[in-house]
Amino acid sequence: MKPTNILDPNYFHKVVDCQWACPAHTPVPEYIRLIAQERYTEAYMLNWDSNVFPGVLGRTCDRPCEPACRRVRTEEKPVAICRLKRVAADNKGDVTPWLPRVPTTKNGKKVALLGAGPASLAVARDLMPMGYEVHVFDKDPGGGGMMRSQIPAFRLPEAVLDEEVNLILDMGVQTHFNHPITSMKAMLDLGYDAYFVGTGAPRGRDLDLPGRKEVDAHVSIGIDWLSSVAFGHTTGISGKVIVMGGGNTAMDCCRTAVRLGAESVKVIVRSAFEVMKASPWEKEDAMAEGIPIINNRPPKEFVHENGKLKGIVFEVVKPVYGEDGRLRYEPSGEPDEYVECDHVLMAIGQENHCPWIERDIGIEFDKWDCPVLDEVTLQSTHPQIFFGGDAAFGPENIIWASAHAHKAAISMHLFLQGKDLHADRPPEHLNLVSAKMGVHEWAYDSRHDPSARHLVPHADRDKALHDLKLEVELGFDRKLGAQEAQRCLNCDVQTVFTPKLCIECDACVDICPMDCITFTADAEEIDLRQNLTAPALNPEQAIYVADGLKTGRVMVKDEDVCLHCGLCAERCPTNAWDMQRSVVHIPQVGNYSAG
Amino acid sequence: MTFVAKPAVHHPRLPVNDLGLTRRDYEGSVSTLCAGCGHDSVSAAIVQACAELSIPPHRFAKISGIGCSSKTPSYFLNRSHGFNSVHGRMPSVATGANLANKELYTIGISGDGDSASIGLGQFAHIVRRRINMLYIVDNNGTYGLTKGQFSATNDKGSTNKRGAPNLYEAIDLVSMAIQLGASFVARSFSGDKKQLVPLIKAGLMHHGMAFIDVVSPCVAFNNHNGSTKSYEYVRKHSETVVAADYVPAAREITADYAPGTTERVSMPDGSTLHLYKVAEDYDPHNRVEALHYVQSRQERGEVVTGLLYLDPAAMDCHDILNTLDTPLNQLGTGELCPGSSALTAINESFR
Repeated sequence: MKPTNILDPNYFHKVVDCQWACPAHTPVPEYIRLIAQERYTEAYMLNWDSNVFPGVLGRTCDRPCEPACRRVRTEEKPVAICRLKRVAADNKGDVTPWLPRVPTTKNGKKVALLGAGPASLAVARDLMPMGYEVHVFDKDPGGGGMMRSQIPAFRLPEAVLDEEVNLILDMGVQTHFNHPITSMKAMLDLGYDAYFVGTGAPRGRDLDLPGRKEVDAHVSIGIDWLSSVAFGHTTGISGKVIVMGGGNTAMDCCRTAVRLGAESVKVIVRSAFEVMKASPWEKEDAMAEGIPIINNRPPKEFVHENGKLKGIVFEVVKPVYGEDGRLRYEPSGEPDEYVECDHVLMAIGQENHCPWIERDIGIEFDKWDCPVLDEVTLQSTHPQIFFGGDAAFGPENIIWASAHAHKAAISMHLFLQGKDLHADRPPEHLNLVSAKMGVHEWAYDSRHDPSARHLVPHADRDKALHDLKLEVELGFDRKLGAQEAQRCLNCDVQTVFTPKLCIECDACVDICPMDCITFTADAEEIDLRQNLTAPALNPEQAIYVADGLKTGRVMVKDEDVCLHCGLCAERCPTNAWDMQRSVVHIPQVGNYSAG
Repeated sequence: MTFVAKPAVHHPRLPVNDLGLTRRDYEGSVSTLCAGCGHDSVSAAIVQACAELSIPPHRFAKISGIGCSSKTPSYFLNRSHGFNSVHGRMPSVATGANLANKELYTIGISGDGDSASIGLGQFAHIVRRRINMLYIVDNNGTYGLTKGQFSATNDKGSTNKRGAPNLYEAIDLVSMAIQLGASFVARSFSGDKKQLVPLIKAGLMHHGMAFIDVVSPCVAFNNHNGSTKSYEYVRKHSETVVAADYVPAAREITADYAPGTTERVSMPDGSTLHLYKVAEDYDPHNRVEALHYVQSRQERGEVVTGLLYLDPAAMDCHDILNTLDTPLNQLGTGELCPGSSALTAINESFR
């Protein structure tokens, strides 16, 4: 097959599974090494550069990096990446000297950010150091958006959120809080040079079932209810509560209801347990608080008496996997179930919804009522208006908002400087630096740590269940954090092969603990993958092929389960193998010279 | 030399043998030899062969002398018996071990210095006595531990690192082994595990003296242009005459060689040895012709590899001496030391 082009920045970037999986491409192994060295502030700033809200994300991130972690494939459990991020945030020192300088003389261009959630704030952070005058508008009394209104304080303490929001606002962002946005036209009339719409996905879905209208007083939409709790408008809930829905909002609702004094709380979900949208750890945390999750129950009707909710009738279905591997639900034959309740929290999804954007001002919407956007630039069909976060492509999570924001900020900067949004866009690139320090010394801790994933300590359950603001997860302390950091395989320290130096002595083949390396006759990829010492059966993972050997064979390395232990390089007599640290450069406004 | 321990974690789909063990259970500690040493590949081949044979590691006895080669028993079969003996004296110790316990699989590891110089006499006599063992020589043609002087197996005319030629005739251990009574003689190359691993398996299962001369390049002192034991030279000049494939009892053959060139040899344990004649006119059962073939090719600078001579029906030392089947460590004191009356009775029988 064609030899691998290791000059393509994506090749080695992809080997760093966590970084590749992270929408904001946070350099995970690099910051984990900094944590191991107790350089928490640097670890924090490395995160801050990429994902803008390390303290928030270290508690609430959806963690796309963790299922991608190579440890899942070599052993079992991923490195606790998310909680290590929190270790950096919890132990950092003063970050002010590390913050970008914001010019006091502005460049004359004014930008309006609609919504003060993670997407808008991240755009503000990127644009402020470039000299733009940035105005942010939000209906709430403070910044943070859904991070404040939808994530309960027992998962994300207010102080943590305030600190990270203020890092950005204190750059000199002009805030217009308590300012509901009701018309895009009116915003355009204010005459800003560019607009960023980061208004999220603020509309919670409802269910149209018999009896729904009659019991309206006893039904709350999950995200609205959480928001009302967050701002102190709702301080209690009584009686029996049913939470409908299986996502993270449902988990937040049920745990909040318990804390607000509900007599009993049940989560009842239409679908099967394993396909629920909620992250596995959110489900675990809810169950650990004694909240039952009841699955395979589509609701049929609300039962009421004189306008008072009495309960809900559920159908009982059976999940069946068809031959195509798809999940279907069949009638179980069991009688319908009636569950008594006094209050329902509806957490069955949310959508982006912009009734305030007039449809005749040049912003096109598609048939799902989402704005039509250029996926690279996030520019709408109205050249001045950009979208990001949940408002762009529907509900995602905070880390996506940061990723969108960097892209949108680049686009807005190019747009405002009169450049082409595609042609002048800075490219991604990758640097490789040898990690060899001496005969047996590497610039990273190459030893493989076989220990299992460490558990995060939790606050006392009885206390936590009665205190809405007591953070449940205590996070790793420095010692546990250092131990967990050792589990990182340093996948960003790459195995780089130079064929012309190789004498084909097999030393690397013999020492490799994971049987990753094979010297064999060249073949098409599909055959080559089978011909290896350990066949490369994971098509998601590349095989690294190099030709130019004296015998005419090819070197094939399966990237799948490589431990990056460096033993191939250690045992190589000619330095044909070298361990090289790869640094991926994801462009942001300000870190390139585009004007 | 490497200080980093090899991680214990292994490939998630690493095969297990009939005992439920993986290849990794047959490894030793990480090698302290120079990076790129051929001997490490020989160790890896032994590890693989022993794992594939599904013999429990503690059923092996590994015995060596002095030299780079003789350090290698540390790097394979961690959980077996071992004895690192005096220079050139591996055969004496191996003979003793094998006579004391015929149930163990005896592996002798030696080098060209250990077997062709200081231990040449020991080599000759253990082969003559047909001890039931696998005798491997890691042959690199140089004295690596003393910084690269020509060894006794270095070919005449082959040069050292500075370009000076070797002025003496080489000792060919393969020819000697065929002459002196080994019933399984092979030559292989550390860089060719496809050939070496089946040979080691066959040699271990062979009843009698099995000798394998493995050309195993010394990266530090004998891997230059002008050497006849470098990776490049051996790859360019080696010619396989008979490839062997060890097939355990009740298992199908999978190798695809041209029909008509295959011979099946039954082994004492019910398994089969498949011989694939790559050189059509070569007869691995004819001692005289084998010797002639090997030596004539050697004259031309070629390295003949593969299974060169096999006598599957040969007697081993135990057969010749008609020894007891039970290992000595399983006998009681009374049987081992029958007392002076028994000695008297024996002496009487000779009067």
